[in-house]
Amino acid sequence: MELLIKNGYVVDPANGIDCEKLDIAVRGGKIVEEVSSSAKILDASNMLVMPGGVDIHSHIAGSKTNLARVLRPEDHFRDFERRTALTRSGVGHSVPSTYTTGYRYARMGYTTVIEPATPPLKARHTHDELNDTPIIDKACFPLFGNNWHVMEYLKNGDLELCAAYLSWMLRATKGYAIKIVNPGGVEAWHWGGNVVGLDSEVPHFGITPREIVRGLCKVNKMLKLPHAIHVHPNNLGKPGNYLTTIKTMECVKDLAEGASIHITHCQFTSFKGEDWSTLRSGAQEIARYVNRNDHVTIDMGQIIFTATTTMTGDGPFEYILHQISGRKWVNKDVEAETGAGVVPVVYKRRSFVNATQWAIGLELALLIEDPWKVYLTTDHPNGGPFTAYPRVVSWLMSKRARERTMSRMNQSAARKTILQSLEREYSFEEIAIVTRAGTAKALGLKAKGHLGVGADADISIYRINPKEIDPSRDYRAVRKALRRAAYTVKDGQIVVKDGEIKEVVQGRTFWIDSRVPKDLEEKIHRELSKSFREYYTVGMENYFIGEGELARSSPIYVGEAKV
Amino acid sequence: MTRILLRPRKLFKVPIEASAISPDNFAAARKVEEIKNQVVWEGNRPATLASIFDVEELEQGGELLEIIIEGDASKLRGVGKGMGSGTITVEGNAGIRLGEAMRGGTITVNGNVGSWLGSRMRGGRIEVSGDAGDYVGSAIRGSTRGMSGGQIVVRGSAGNEVGCWMRDGMIRIGGNVGQFAGVHMLGGTIVIEGSSRGRIGASMKGGRIVVLGEVGRVLPSFSIEEIRNVARVGEDRIPGPFYVFAGDLADDGDGRLYVSKDRNLELRFYESYIE
Repeated sequence: MELLIKNGYVVDPANGIDCEKLDIAVRGGKIVEEVSSSAKILDASNMLVMPGGVDIHSHIAGSKTNLARVLRPEDHFRDFERRTALTRSGVGHSVPSTYTTGYRYARMGYTTVIEPATPPLKARHTHDELNDTPIIDKACFPLFGNNWHVMEYLKNGDLELCAAYLSWMLRATKGYAIKIVNPGGVEAWHWGGNVVGLDSEVPHFGITPREIVRGLCKVNKMLKLPHAIHVHPNNLGKPGNYLTTIKTMECVKDLAEGASIHITHCQFTSFKGEDWSTLRSGAQEIARYVNRNDHVTIDMGQIIFTATTTMTGDGPFEYILHQISGRKWVNKDVEAETGAGVVPVVYKRRSFVNATQWAIGLELALLIEDPWKVYLTTDHPNGGPFTAYPRVVSWLMSKRARERTMSRMNQSAARKTILQSLEREYSFEEIAIVTRAGTAKALGLKAKGHLGVGADADISIYRINPKEIDPSRDYRAVRKALRRAAYTVKDGQIVVKDGEIKEVVQGRTFWIDSRVPKDLEEKIHRELSKSFREYYTVGMENYFIGEGELARSSPIYVGEAKV
Repeated sequence: MTRILLRPRKLFKVPIEASAISPDNFAAARKVEEIKNQVVWEGNRPATLASIFDVEELEQGGELLEIIIEGDASKLRGVGKGMGSGTITVEGNAGIRLGEAMRGGTITVNGNVGSWLGSRMRGGRIEVSGDAGDYVGSAIRGSTRGMSGGQIVVRGSAGNEVGCWMRDGMIRIGGNVGQFAGVHMLGGTIVIEGSSRGRIGASMKGGRIVVLGEVGRVLPSFSIEEIRNVARVGEDRIPGPFYVFAGDLADDGDGRLYVSKDRNLELRFYESYIE
C-alpha cells in the first residue's frame, strides 16, 4: 500500500528538519522518495508530523509487571476499556493489561517501546506478553548486573568468556541490551543485605559494583551492541545518592567511544542531602557532569502526582519503600538470577519529598543543554503511567505550566528548587528529540526515530499547528493534542485516527543476534551445560527461547564479537 | 414524592449489573418512559429496565424518590451505587454490592443481601432484616479505603471481614459474624450483638469493635486495658461489663476491642494483667 502524507509541518530532528511543510511518501512500510499517483492521500494540513514515539524505558511486560497487575485490582477498578469490534477489553491505570498497553501507546503516537528489566529466567513470560502487546514494536533488556556467571567471569578477569556468555544469553533470552540494576546489591539482597556504594564488596563473590559495571561496559563494546549498558545505579531512592550516580558515570569514562553508559530514571538517583527531611536536588551536579562529558545519556524518570505502582529489579529498594510507606509489598525473583519488588505508591503534591522529586526530574531535563543526552520517561509505572507523557511535555514546553503546578505543591519544596529560575522552554524539535530521535539513536535503532528515506514508516501526526501555537501559553492545547494523535501510522498502515484504534497490527520484537568465535562458543557451551546441570531447575535447551516463540521476530545481527 | 415500583418479569439466571437503579439516576429522568429505557446489563448483554422489570409509577410529584423492588433481586448487582438521596426498598433478597459507595439516602431490605453490602460507603443508611454476606462496609479488593461514613444495620448475621479497612461510620450486626471482623480497621464503630468466629480486629489501627457474644479468643497481639461497665455508641449505652483490649499491636495499632465479660469466661485470665 502506498500513502502520501501531505502538507504537514514535519519535525524530524535526525534529518535536520524543523517545522517544514513537507510531504512524506510511504510504500511497503518504509519511507520512500516518492509514490505513484494512486497512493492514498492523507491530508495533514496544519498538523504536526513527527516520527513515531520511541520509549527507551517502560515496564510493560514480564514477571513483575504481571505481579503488579495481580497485586493491584484497585488500580484497574476505575480504569477499564470495553471491547470493540477491533480491540480487546482491558484494564489498568498504572499497570495496564498487555492489549491496553499497546492501544494506549499507539493512541499517543508511540510506536516503539522497550521493556527494560527482564529476569533471564522469566524472559519467556516477557516475550509471551510482548507478543500480546499489539501495534508497537518492542524489545527487552535482560538483567545481568547480579548474574552469578557474569560475576564469576569478571572476578577471574575472563572478559572473553563473559562476552561469550552474554552473547549466548542475548540469543537465549532474545534480549536487546545489557541491563544492570543495583549491581551487586541485588545479589547481596539474596542474603538479606545490600551494597552501600560502588566499591563495597558483593558477598560471596569478592567483586565490587565498580568492577561489574566496568566489566559489562567492556563486554558491551566487544559484542558491538547497539545500545550502551543501561544502568540503574546503586543506592537508588536514598538521599545523597547523586554522588554514587556521578561515580558510576565516571567509572566508565575511559571506556568511551561515543556513549558508554545510559543512566536510567535519573531522577531517582539525583538526591542530595543527608536524610528525607534535608532532601535536596542533585540535578545541578548530575547535569554539570552530563554537559561536560559525552559518554553519558540519561532518561528523566519524571514523577507525576498520581497513584501509581513502583516495580523494579532492585529488591532491597522496594523493601525500604515498603517500610517507609507501609503499603503492600511483594518480593520477587530472588530465587532466580535477579531480584525484584513491587510496592504501590501515591505521589502527593503536598509531600515535601514527592514535590522535590517532581522538581528534580524537570531540572535534569532543563539543565542538560543537549537534548540528545536526556530522554523523556516516567520510568512507567514507577514515576507515573506512560499516559502522562503529554503532561510532562507540557511542563518541558511551558514555564507557565511548571509554575502552575509549583503553586499547588509543597511550598517548602517549591522554595528550595531552582526550577523557578529556569527560563528554558523546549521547542517542538527538542520534544521530538527527547521522545523519538534521541531515544532511537541511543538504542541504535537505525530505522526508527526519523523520517528519512529508508526509515520504517512509523509516523505520528497531531492536530496542532506548530507554526501558530505558542506552547508556552497554550500548554493545555499541546497536552490535549498529544494525548490523542490525529493519526498514528505504523509500518505504513494507519492504525489510529483521532485517538481511536483503526487497525490492529502485530509489532516486531527486536533482539540481538550476536556471535563469538567458534572455539569460544564451544567452550561457553561446555561450561554452561555443566552449570545448568548443577544449579538450574531448567534444562539448558528449555532455557533457550526459540525464534518461533516470538510473534514477529526481528533479529539485529551485529556481527562477530571483537575478542 | 415519586415512587417507582420494579417487579422482576422472570427469575433471573445470570447476574444483572444494575447500578442504574438508583434514585439520583431515576430522578434525572423526567418521564417514567425514560426510566424504562435505562440500560442494565444482563450477563454480557445490555437490556432496558422495562425488558426485565415491570416498571410502575405509584405516585408522582415532589423531589424525594423512592424505588421499590418487589421480588427476588438476589441477582441484581450494584443497586443504589453512589446514591446521594432518596430511598430504595427491596421486598425480597438483594444481590451483591448493594449501596456501593453510597453518599446519602436510605436502603431498606426485607430479606437477605449478598456480599459487599455498602462497600466504600460514605454516608446514608442501610437496613437489612435478614443476613448479609461477606465484606459488609469494606474496601474493594486491593484498596485501603473502606466505609468512611453512614450506618449499616444488619438484623441477622454477616459473613467474613465485616468493616474491612473501615475508616468511619457505624456497622451494627444483630447476629453472628464470620472471621476477621474489623480487619485493617482505621476508625468508626462495629457492634456485633452475636458471636465472632475469630481473629476479630486483626491488623486494626483505630476504631472500635463491640462484641456482645463470644469471641473464642482474642489475638495475642491485643493487650487488655481495663473492664468497663458500659460501651457508649453514639446515643446508645450498651450495658456490659466489657473487657477492653487495645491493638492490634503487631501493626502498632490503637484500636479498641470491647468483649462481653459474661459471655467470655475463658478470657478471665486477662484480669490478672490489668494494672
